[in-house]
Amino acid sequence: MILDRLRSAPDSRLLPVERLHVPTVAVMAIMTFAMMIIAAAGLALANAAGIVTSGIENRYVVELPAAAEGELAKAVGAARATPGVRNATPVPEAEMRQTLERWLGEAASSTDLPVPALVTVELLPGADPRALAERLRAQAPSARLIAETAELEPLLRSIRALQWLAIALVVLMAAASSAAIVLAARGALDTHRSTIEIMHGIGATDAQITRLFERKIALDAAAGAALGALAAAAALFVIAGAGVALAVELTASAPLSGTDLVLLVLVPVAAVALALAVAHWTLLRALRATL
Amino acid sequence: MGLRYGTGAEVLRDLDFTLGEGGFYFLAGASGAGKTSLLKLLYLAQRPTRGRIRLFGEDLSDAPRERLPLFRRRIGVVFQDFRLIRHLSAFDNVALPLRIAGRAESEVTAAVREMLDWVGLGDRAGARPPTLSGGEQQRVAIARAVITQPDLLVADEPTGNVDAEMAKRLLHLFSALNGFGTTVVVATHDFGLVASTPGAELMRLDRGGLVDPTGSFKNPPAASGRGARQ
Repeated sequence: MILDRLRSAPDSRLLPVERLHVPTVAVMAIMTFAMMIIAAAGLALANAAGIVTSGIENRYVVELPAAAEGELAKAVGAARATPGVRNATPVPEAEMRQTLERWLGEAASSTDLPVPALVTVELLPGADPRALAERLRAQAPSARLIAETAELEPLLRSIRALQWLAIALVVLMAAASSAAIVLAARGALDTHRSTIEIMHGIGATDAQITRLFERKIALDAAAGAALGALAAAAALFVIAGAGVALAVELTASAPLSGTDLVLLVLVPVAAVALALAVAHWTLLRALRATL
Repeated sequence: MGLRYGTGAEVLRDLDFTLGEGGFYFLAGASGAGKTSLLKLLYLAQRPTRGRIRLFGEDLSDAPRERLPLFRRRIGVVFQDFRLIRHLSAFDNVALPLRIAGRAESEVTAAVREMLDWVGLGDRAGARPPTLSGGEQQRVAIARAVITQPDLLVADEPTGNVDAEMAKRLLHLFSALNGFGTTVVVATHDFGLVASTPGAELMRLDRGGLVDPTGSFKNPPAASGRGARQ
């Protein structure tokens, strides 16, 4: 459809041959650049959140703040006996005290310092932690079952908020691009008002007139989007650089997947499509205000 | 019918007339009498603010604007200020109505070349309006108005910028079109033009009103009897 709109040689002569409208091209380039960078950041954040969540989503800790005699063993036994539990491993006290040494120094080794007993539990995917909690309540009343994701919830909440912020920014950028296209379309109508009046007078339909301007705006928008996309690709390449290799090494996955790259490529395409739709709507609306 | 612009006084008032199909009409009146406004109503650039206007057998007073282009394609208009598209060549200006109507390029080329030859601008086909004289621009405007052999030809002072010889030729062109059945309405100050057109009728406007309704002044028909169809 876009190509059809760009063809038709006799029609294309009806408006003067002009160079690209620099303000429109510049606005489209800047907006496309910003949208792609923000979208890439949002997608990378989503991937990071996914990696963090997938690593700990089935991991729990059983905490026994003041374990009674034999309660730790009961808790471990109860956990291991619960269906859906892959493994349950008590954390040795020595290991706990070693960890505490970072903050407390040698005092951490003192037997006067009570150390809670901990059991790390990994559930099978899809297993219900409530069954484990019930068994623990029955066998070791002082035990508390804590999901590891709960510890990271504030971080995950921040990542989700940033993702929404990225989406909102992309939408705002798209809205700003649309506003620029509306102004460009109105400007084009004003510039060529006499030509439009002549064409209307001779029997041109709104669709015929609209097509002339859409062609011009599509070319401006496509040029701007292409420039912005190239700049964004270059910026992402520079930012990612060696970081990609490191990320792959640390997380066994790239910050942006193949699907993400396809989505990013679609950003300038969507920007041009949006510009065309907005231009079409603006032009028709303006023409309908005339006889 | 009547016409007013915005909240101003009526520029046309209480007009009530019928143009016969295939007739040739001159519209005369002092500057500001309302000739151009009346022509605008005829070529559907304005709607009457009161009353009705029927064109080609249809009431177009409040017809949806989407329907107007098809009717406009049946009307040729010669504007007082020519209204040529400055960046298009004479050829492309004349070709515009045919292209808008969706005619094939081969048909457009032949018709436009013939028309430009007829108005004496065959060798100026590639020239753009700013490089043409006033008279040449007017001939291009006339060629554009008549190229589709419209059912109604409306011309606002069409001979104002051409010499007597060219005026005669253009009037002959209008008469020839009229002979093929085109209804012609010409606004003019030139009563010599009126007198030299056999069978033409004169409508006179004064301060927005029609002083001499159609038929009160009529030239005798030409010897061929062309004007007898009014």
